[in-house]
Amino acid sequence: MHDWLNQHGDYLYRFALARLRDPHQAEDVVQETFLAAIKSPSFAEQSAPRTWLTGILKHKIIDIMRKSVREIAASDLMDDEDANMDDFFNEKGHWTDKPQAWGMPTDALEQKQFLGVLQTCMDKLPAKSAQLFLMRDVQETDNEEICKELNISATNAWVMLYRARMGLRKCLEINWIGA
Amino acid sequence: MLNCKQTSQLISQSLDRSLTLRERFALRLHLLVCKYCKQFSQHLQTLRVAIKTMVDSVETDHTIEMPTAAKKRIADLLSAKRT
Repeated sequence: MHDWLNQHGDYLYRFALARLRDPHQAEDVVQETFLAAIKSPSFAEQSAPRTWLTGILKHKIIDIMRKSVREIAASDLMDDEDANMDDFFNEKGHWTDKPQAWGMPTDALEQKQFLGVLQTCMDKLPAKSAQLFLMRDVQETDNEEICKELNISATNAWVMLYRARMGLRKCLEINWIGA
Repeated sequence: MLNCKQTSQLISQSLDRSLTLRERFALRLHLLVCKYCKQFSQHLQTLRVAIKTMVDSVETDHTIEMPTAAKKRIADLLSAKRT
């Protein structure tokens, strides 16, 4: 198991960090993964340890997200479907800030800059919304599965994802100079 | 006819579920006449691709390593379990 820690620890840490975006949470979840792995009766038989460990890690990450989302659901965020959307639309439902065409990154340097802006914008999202958003768009977790896993209604999930996307899009539009 | 707010909600949901025939029709109709919602729709697509790229770039960034202290802590915990 110590060999696995040396061989796969950094990879698992990056995997967790990319999704949770919090170094401490990432450390903790990797630790839990190894502790769960060593307890598993089948660990000695694993021929592809990295895949196996990543599978355990994914479940642990979902557990963390489930807790996070329970907290969002409990907070005032879910009060009213229209809350916080006044910044984006007027009373008639028209855009107040009209979405503009973005100049997309054309070379590696611009791509890097764009990702930098995206990182910054993700940081501005409430951490929990960011995690849910990553779960949907990166893990490509099925929406139904997300709802089941997170124990929220489909409607709540759509509202949360919608808000996260609205916030991110606006932030990118403001901060991405390529626009 | 949908307004932009309703349209933006449908566009977002279309990434998470299949829209009904009626919704798809209403959406298409609005997008025909509204360049801003069309722009919005493209942005969400771009966002989705960019987010994946961003996560991949962290996942494959070999300069990011688990802090030594954390590794040592885990190693110690594993040794303790074994005995």
